[in-house]
Amino acid sequence: MRRGIEGKVAIVGVAESDRIGRVPDVPAILLHAQAARTALAEAGLKREDVDGLFTAGVSTLELGEYLGIEPVYTDGTAVGGSSFVIHIAHAALAIMNGWCEVALITHGESGRSRVGMPARATAPDSLASQFEVPYGIPQPVGAYAMACTRHMAEYGTTHEQLAEIAVSTRKWATLNPKAMMRDPITVEDVLNARPITYPFTLLDCCLVTDAGGAVVLTSTERARDCRQTPVAVLGVGESHDHSLISQMPSMTSFAAKTSGRRAFEMAGVRHDELDLAMIYDSFTYTVLLTLEELGFCAKGEGGEFVSGGRTAPGGPFPMNTNGGGLSYNHPGMYGIFAIIEAVRQLRHDYADQGIRQVKDAKLAVVHGTGGVLSSAGTAILARA
Amino acid sequence: MSGTSAPQKPLPVADPVTKPFWDSVKRQAMELQRCNACGKFIFYPRGICPHCLSDDLAWQPAQGTGEVHAFTIVHRHPNPAFAGEVPYVVALIELTEGVRMLSNLVGVAADPAEVKVGMPVEVVYEAMTDEVTLPKFRPVGSRQ
Ligand SMILES: [Zn+2]
Repeated sequence: MRRGIEGKVAIVGVAESDRIGRVPDVPAILLHAQAARTALAEAGLKREDVDGLFTAGVSTLELGEYLGIEPVYTDGTAVGGSSFVIHIAHAALAIMNGWCEVALITHGESGRSRVGMPARATAPDSLASQFEVPYGIPQPVGAYAMACTRHMAEYGTTHEQLAEIAVSTRKWATLNPKAMMRDPITVEDVLNARPITYPFTLLDCCLVTDAGGAVVLTSTERARDCRQTPVAVLGVGESHDHSLISQMPSMTSFAAKTSGRRAFEMAGVRHDELDLAMIYDSFTYTVLLTLEELGFCAKGEGGEFVSGGRTAPGGPFPMNTNGGGLSYNHPGMYGIFAIIEAVRQLRHDYADQGIRQVKDAKLAVVHGTGGVLSSAGTAILARA
Repeated sequence: MSGTSAPQKPLPVADPVTKPFWDSVKRQAMELQRCNACGKFIFYPRGICPHCLSDDLAWQPAQGTGEVHAFTIVHRHPNPAFAGEVPYVVALIELTEGVRMLSNLVGVAADPAEVKVGMPVEVVYEAMTDEVTLPKFRPVGSRQ
């Protein structure tokens, strides 16, 4: 039996980089650093307070050097876009056990402008280069598209149902000044957009942006001295079950089933108690599958679950309220931005912005997916 | 060196463990590994069985048949060598032996009305260069 976190750890600061979207004059590492500086300032903490360092995409060595931080706890878990949600789990464990007091999680990616990014090439004798690349599957979109056709064949999921996710998410983006795409779209717009990789059109796919993000955690006790309303970590879960899409054990199920079950069990909350769901949306299908895997609906019923604008502003299931990776921002590994939005909603940061604020938000689930449906991290967060 | 050669597709480079597979494909007689300890087939080739961690693995001729487990139709690719051939079908093939292999589906229109999950397929060999052949699949009964 795992020992729970029991709300003993809290998120006390979150931030994006100074600018997000198209930022061709800022290298990736500086996107990390800008977000880190703002998140610490928001929390009322100093750089010197940070003793736990967590990141993916760059090494914690580079990050520590750039920020002048010498951590006593360092964690470079890098399993794709879910990494930052998993860092919450690892940071909570470290803080609860006294291995560090203030944990800083950062992300920065010049996904659009490619400034200061590592080279993309993989070795020609890698397993991907031997068994996938020669067949011309564009990654990661081709992998998600292929998994989606299996779901459509097994469960009758339709492109119209997938499009509902893009449409509802765009409605949330119209309310977010930081969102890159803010013009409303219809189901027909999604179906008629430029085909990318069947069954996905352009509007089934996330944006490619430049952005950084940061999250600061400490003990709930120390959080009382911080500047912001703390947001407690109630439950966490993580897992992964493949790296290559051709090795995925089941095309219609993934590690979110495990990470979600463990996070919900640890938190001791029911699905119908949640006020907000922040679900990684690299592609429309990512969301549909994740909702099923997390247990919000039965297997195969994800399409019905998202239909009729149920996840849009004013709908019964507020989801991806920042406009998501589909319409707000997606530099490559989006997970940290799902955390940031959940925290702001739970703090009621948008209280003066009408329906932008999920009314009385107290409990949220944040889910990150990484690789090609490879990895999963789930966290249940609560207004303390 | 010619400055006018067509863009090149990336080709697999075998490693010591996978070389028997690529050699068998080049001979147009594809082989798969089977674990002598647990009896299961394995793909991609490994030095250790992912089902039971035995290293008692043997190569066996593959039947060369299977079905489309999932597919996608590619309309855009960053590599000009692939972009010049869109639309084309990438498919995950479930072989009769039970293992899955990513490949291309040929001999059928790249159209979701024509390509179906569950469609029976058989292997065809496409020589990419004098050295490298890829296993591809076509619908059973297709003439291509
Ligand atoms: Zn075995």
